[in-house]
Amino acid sequence: MTDAWNKNGMNGRRRFLIAATSVAGGVACVAWATPFVLSMMPSERAKAAGAPVEVDISKLEPGMLLAVEWRGKVVWILKRTPEMLANLPKLDPLLADPKSEKEDQQPKYAQNPTRSIKPEILITEGVCTHLGCSPVFRKDIAPADLGSDWLGGFFCPCHGSKFDLAGRVYKNLPAPTNLIIPPHTYLSDSLLLIGADSKETA
Amino acid sequence: MGKLMDWIDARLPVTAKWKLHLSEYYAPKNFNFWYYFGSLAMLVLVNQLLTGIFLTMNYKPDSSLAFASVEYIMRDVEFGWLIRYMHSTGASMFFVVVYLHMFRGMMYGSYRKPRELLWLIGMLIFFVLMMLAFTGYILPWGQMSFWGAQVILSMVGAIPVIGEPLKDLIMGDYMLSDAALNRFFAYHVVTLPILLLTLVVVHVLALHEVGSNNPDGIEIKKNKNPETGIPVDGIPFHPYYSVKDIVGVVGFLIVFFGIIFFAPEMGGYFLEYNNFVPANSLQTPDHIAPVWYFTPYYSMLRAATVNFLGIDAKLWGIILMGGSVAIFCLLPWLDRSPVKSIRYKGPYFKIALTLFVISVFVLGWLGTKTPTPLYTTLAQIFTVVYFAFFLLMPWYSKIDKTKPEPKRVT
Repeated sequence: MTDAWNKNGMNGRRRFLIAATSVAGGVACVAWATPFVLSMMPSERAKAAGAPVEVDISKLEPGMLLAVEWRGKVVWILKRTPEMLANLPKLDPLLADPKSEKEDQQPKYAQNPTRSIKPEILITEGVCTHLGCSPVFRKDIAPADLGSDWLGGFFCPCHGSKFDLAGRVYKNLPAPTNLIIPPHTYLSDSLLLIGADSKETA
Repeated sequence: MGKLMDWIDARLPVTAKWKLHLSEYYAPKNFNFWYYFGSLAMLVLVNQLLTGIFLTMNYKPDSSLAFASVEYIMRDVEFGWLIRYMHSTGASMFFVVVYLHMFRGMMYGSYRKPRELLWLIGMLIFFVLMMLAFTGYILPWGQMSFWGAQVILSMVGAIPVIGEPLKDLIMGDYMLSDAALNRFFAYHVVTLPILLLTLVVVHVLALHEVGSNNPDGIEIKKNKNPETGIPVDGIPFHPYYSVKDIVGVVGFLIVFFGIIFFAPEMGGYFLEYNNFVPANSLQTPDHIAPVWYFTPYYSMLRAATVNFLGIDAKLWGIILMGGSVAIFCLLPWLDRSPVKSIRYKGPYFKIALTLFVISVFVLGWLGTKTPTPLYTTLAQIFTVVYFAFFLLMPWYSKIDKTKPEPKRVT
């Protein structure tokens, strides 16, 4: 094809017209593809979903875990016993981010040793930060499968990541970061709002 | 009849193409058992298309209806169970024959010059096949469908910078939901099958351009009959190999229907038990593992547990997993041996290939197990062996003691 063109003389005018047509065609292709690509993004209905959820925690006993759904994700509410809280600092050397220094993993008000507003109540997304499985709550101490230094926590069955009872990740396992603490606030002593930092922003 | 063919041939080159691709396509005369799997892959493809069409007649791509519609097919639709088991067993058998087809290529050097492009097109087919398997596995919307998809899509989200928006684009929602199920159905029954069929046609066209390799790894086109121009070691595909392939089809169908009638779940390897539980977004099953054909890659994904070179373990796992599949594309350029076939290659290649096969099986087995420290260490060792097969190939294939290739096929 190139030969035929060269024979007939590929002059500057023709070259320019071909280039201009190709560019215009390329622009048209992008314009044409736009509605199709945008149609694949989350719809208005999907964007509208995701309001905060109210949870009554008055019946939550120490050591009990409550799972609720917020934006299609599991959120755990765990009432920790004094022993569980006492065990937390012992694990620090085994953890990747014991002081919760990594931003965006928790709101400012949960950036403390227990990763919570009230020390005994842990509110965390039950979603492994590795690849999105939901870890299993294992409060038994030193079970055979998790080793003698296990003081209770969450174990991800998918790829073996481990988290302690404050949702802090163990070192040298696939999950890179601590479990995410969602925004939450207390409407009263026993009424919790998940998905908003305060009553006003809800 | 002759006149009718003349009339058609003047308008559409049916006879000419029949000759070009079948009755006068000359294939080496020394094909062995390993040469069944290309045509068997084609057979399974036809099986998947046919049974798939009939499944769509009763399946509902809606997260609230999908699981029940599959159970409806299994229990209430006349012969629905057979059609579905033919499709689900066909998916696993597709990977069986494709893996054997690829292994044949690795043994006899079918990826070497001039068949590099043929090999690359084959790899593309393999990628599309993996996507088909993934999208198809989501459709019953059981626990494994849901959590398997969750894991794979989280991997997309872990790609730096573009990961999160790309994940939203794929799922059409901020979480795995009805939107994703509905579009994966569209990919599984329209987009990917069209792509697969096109690639298969291109694969065969490329094969017929360069000609088939053979167990001796020598080019039959180098030795043609001076009068006819036909390779002296070639025989026409039809009827010689079409008849041979029919024998393969009969053998294959005995195994295929044996599985369908006696072990359609294959002890949880073809259809996992947890997928008989409807999807529950609040609870991951205690033990999740992919279907058997993905377990070697899955093992490598979770073998990465240390941050390294400023990249965290999570991304390393994904790189290893993607790399373990993509690295096959480099084979034509990694192999520096003067001979193609394993018959004339030296001990280094034979040892390397054996270790590679062992590592694939061990990784595949580990991928079905719950990770423990011992298993993770094993997975790390065999991941190294797996990659060493490829990365050290330029070295060991060059210094290996090879035997001289014969002039004619044996």
